[in-house]
Amino acid sequence: MSSTFRRPSPLPGFAPTMAYTLVYLLLIVLLPLSSLFLQLGNLTWESFREAVFDARVLASYRLTFGLSAAAALFDLVFGFLVAWTLVRYRFPGRDLLDATIDIPFTLPTAVSGIALTAIWASNGWIGSWLDGFGIRVAYTSWGIFLALAFIGLPFVVRTLQPAIEELDAEQEAAAAGLGAGRFAIFARVLLPALVPAAVTGFALAFARGLGEYGSVVFISGNMPFRTEIVSLLIVTKLEQYDTNGAAAIAVVMLGASFLILLAINLLQQRVRRLLGSEG
Amino acid sequence: MSIEVRNVSKSFGGRKVLDAVDLKVEQGELLALLGPSGSGKTTLLRLIAGMETPDPGSGEILFLGDDVRGRDVRDRQVGFVFQHYALFRHMTVFENVAFGLRVRPRKVRPSKAEIRERVEKLLSMVQLEGFGGRFPAQLSGGQRQRVALARALAIEPRVLLLDEPFGALDAKVRAGLRAWLRRLHSELHITTILVTHDQDEALEVADRVVVMNQARIEQVGTPHEVFHAPATEFVMDFLGTVNVFSGRVHRGEADFGTLRLPCANVPSHTADQVRLYVRPHELDLARDSGRQDGLTATVLRSVPAGSCAKVLLETVDGVALQVDLPFERWHELSPIDGERLEVFPRHVRAFVPDYSI
Amino acid sequence: MSGTRRQLGLRLGPALAIGLTVGGMIVLIALPVAAIFVQALRDGIGGYSRALADPAALHAIWLTCLAAGIAVPLNLVFGLVASWAIAKFVFPGRELLISLIDLPFAVSPVISGLIWVLVFGARGWFGPWLDDWDVKVIFAVPGIVLATLFVTFPFVARELIPLMLEQGAEEEIAARSLGAGGWQIFRRITLPNIRWALLYGVLLCNARAMGEFGAVSVVSGHVRGRTNTMPLHIEILYNDYDVTAAFAIASLLALLGLVTLAVKRWTSRRTASELSLAGATTS
Repeated sequence: MSSTFRRPSPLPGFAPTMAYTLVYLLLIVLLPLSSLFLQLGNLTWESFREAVFDARVLASYRLTFGLSAAAALFDLVFGFLVAWTLVRYRFPGRDLLDATIDIPFTLPTAVSGIALTAIWASNGWIGSWLDGFGIRVAYTSWGIFLALAFIGLPFVVRTLQPAIEELDAEQEAAAAGLGAGRFAIFARVLLPALVPAAVTGFALAFARGLGEYGSVVFISGNMPFRTEIVSLLIVTKLEQYDTNGAAAIAVVMLGASFLILLAINLLQQRVRRLLGSEG
Repeated sequence: MSIEVRNVSKSFGGRKVLDAVDLKVEQGELLALLGPSGSGKTTLLRLIAGMETPDPGSGEILFLGDDVRGRDVRDRQVGFVFQHYALFRHMTVFENVAFGLRVRPRKVRPSKAEIRERVEKLLSMVQLEGFGGRFPAQLSGGQRQRVALARALAIEPRVLLLDEPFGALDAKVRAGLRAWLRRLHSELHITTILVTHDQDEALEVADRVVVMNQARIEQVGTPHEVFHAPATEFVMDFLGTVNVFSGRVHRGEADFGTLRLPCANVPSHTADQVRLYVRPHELDLARDSGRQDGLTATVLRSVPAGSCAKVLLETVDGVALQVDLPFERWHELSPIDGERLEVFPRHVRAFVPDYSI
Repeated sequence: MSGTRRQLGLRLGPALAIGLTVGGMIVLIALPVAAIFVQALRDGIGGYSRALADPAALHAIWLTCLAAGIAVPLNLVFGLVASWAIAKFVFPGRELLISLIDLPFAVSPVISGLIWVLVFGARGWFGPWLDDWDVKVIFAVPGIVLATLFVTFPFVARELIPLMLEQGAEEEIAARSLGAGGWQIFRRITLPNIRWALLYGVLLCNARAMGEFGAVSVVSGHVRGRTNTMPLHIEILYNDYDVTAAFAIASLLALLGLVTLAVKRWTSRRTASELSLAGATTS
């Protein structure tokens, strides 16, 4: 069977390794994930709507989507600055700075959560200073914003960095030769070339923010209608033995992140095709 | 070892790469598979090696009369040299060459001392004594090529298969390695098949040349045969430079313009539409010879650098011509750009265009 | 004139960009990392070691190591097997399979835990059946292992597949033609070529396995001294206002993360230089 399925190869081991891959994938990923959708079979359309569009749930959607988008936007702006600085300038400590970018990615989320809280709470290093101005970060939506910005930053920087590296220095020089000013070069020549990477980085940070839990719950205060994110609401529903409600909300969130990742994939395919036809 | 390929076809995703190919390789010969890219030559080599399998039900591949289709590359005992060498980058030269001996089952594995001795011998044969401790990345292209060859020879293969062995090297290194490979072959007498798209390489190195085009074999023959008696228009065109005229063939004579010439390979029938081929060295030039069997052409330019002098001309019908003259002859004639000369073909071959494509 | 203005702009621009970048990174990332260690050592070395020597803390460390000790080897074997099948052979649906392996990345931590509750929970598919046999999966150690397996599923495969696709199968085919068997090819050719990426993949997988919070939190049941992993124990201590102890345990996980990061930078440099050397081989 396998000899007609795949291109023949002189290397051994395709059938057993492929079989193992598929079985393991099925057992650890696909079957458990499908339980989410099977669970929906227990719900009527009415009860599904009730679970998904309840006022408290709607408030948590608004909060989660809104703050994820805001944090991703912040990451986009600040991440662009970081990526640009890392690619274009040489300065002492640049390597260390480059390594620092990945910290939010390798630090366990619970650890990030308590560390951020310790800094930004009203008795923390920065929080106490801000308190003097009457600004509170921890236990408000600012805290959630901050945690999501922290978590999402590596995604933006690591997507933009290679794109900035690939920017064509000749194009820049050509534009300057044509008499374009520095701002015009930046806005008309450089920025458009970075749009695909910027959109991808934003979307990755946004998608990551939607599902984030560990780094947020410590700093958010978790007040229903005010600072309760969707992930926390799913946990709450589970603790109240409302499995169906939890599954219904989970399906909505999973659908959202799949849509975002699908959009990224389509975007990248289009970009690849465009660039391919040019080059 | 003799190899026979009988009626073998191969397609990839519906595209035929080899179409019912027959080929016999004699014991101890050095055979070149020559053709443009996409002609199927590398696929044929990989089929013989056992890295690809023929289309089901197509034909058979025989080693010494044994059908080897059921055996994969591991059991065919072939020495394969890859186009980009595929040296093991994390192993030294010594380890690369020793690999085929070290992975043998314990019962037939030579002892450590024997392996060392054999690898040293192979390295000296490929002129790389003292390079055993280096890594592939520390070698030049030509040296890597020779390591790949030594590695393939280490398993004492029944046949040596080389895929574009000199393709990735510069012209100078390539010429040196060609002569070296030829010497090596006459020492070892191992049946060798070499794939190349470079006609000079094939004609210079091989005992026999297989010219391939579009999944088929066009001609098999000695370098002399394929060059001087090409069987098809493609072979004529592919090997060396040609001048092409259109004309007619009538009763063994080629008829172009005002000229009529005896034709070497004339089709027995009469044809109205033929293409007539003359190689540049098969033309002569003269000024006011008084002969009637020539064409008139205008000299565009002379290129007096190289192994002979090239004269580029244009006939009155607007056909571009190249004539290769020995230097003495060129000096004697001293063609002037823009002057009119007479062109005398010595040897003409006619091919009926194949419109079946 | 415009020349001097441009020069001035060029000098001011980088200084401003570097200043803003470094300042922002310190506030956003460096300070929190520093805070972990400062808080952990607030009561001195004595307090730090006391916090780590607490039986509940020790049990959490042990349970974390157990979960990672099961999940990482399984996902390591999967990563090697899957990357061999995917990168060394050409077959239809290869791209789709790679996307499916990445799937757990797109699933949020809480949902990654929830799905196991739906399968093995009291009212899940196998709940009643497990109950009959008196086996506990959810709110017990097996659930923690399963959630960890799911969350860390793609890590090793994802490091290996792109690298092995780039390396191609020529060296393996060459080894085959020299008479090597499948296992010999894998051990002597493939493994040495991917060792650095493999090392990093395993370390990252391990760091994730030990640090996973959301998914494990959903399936664990939070029984102190029974089903608490290190991140869960941090949460309990933190909510009990035992901040020093919480940060003491957090500092262990943070160190693990920083070491993983250091290894990543080292291995990616090794792989890059080996790939470029290999590139020199073929050119």
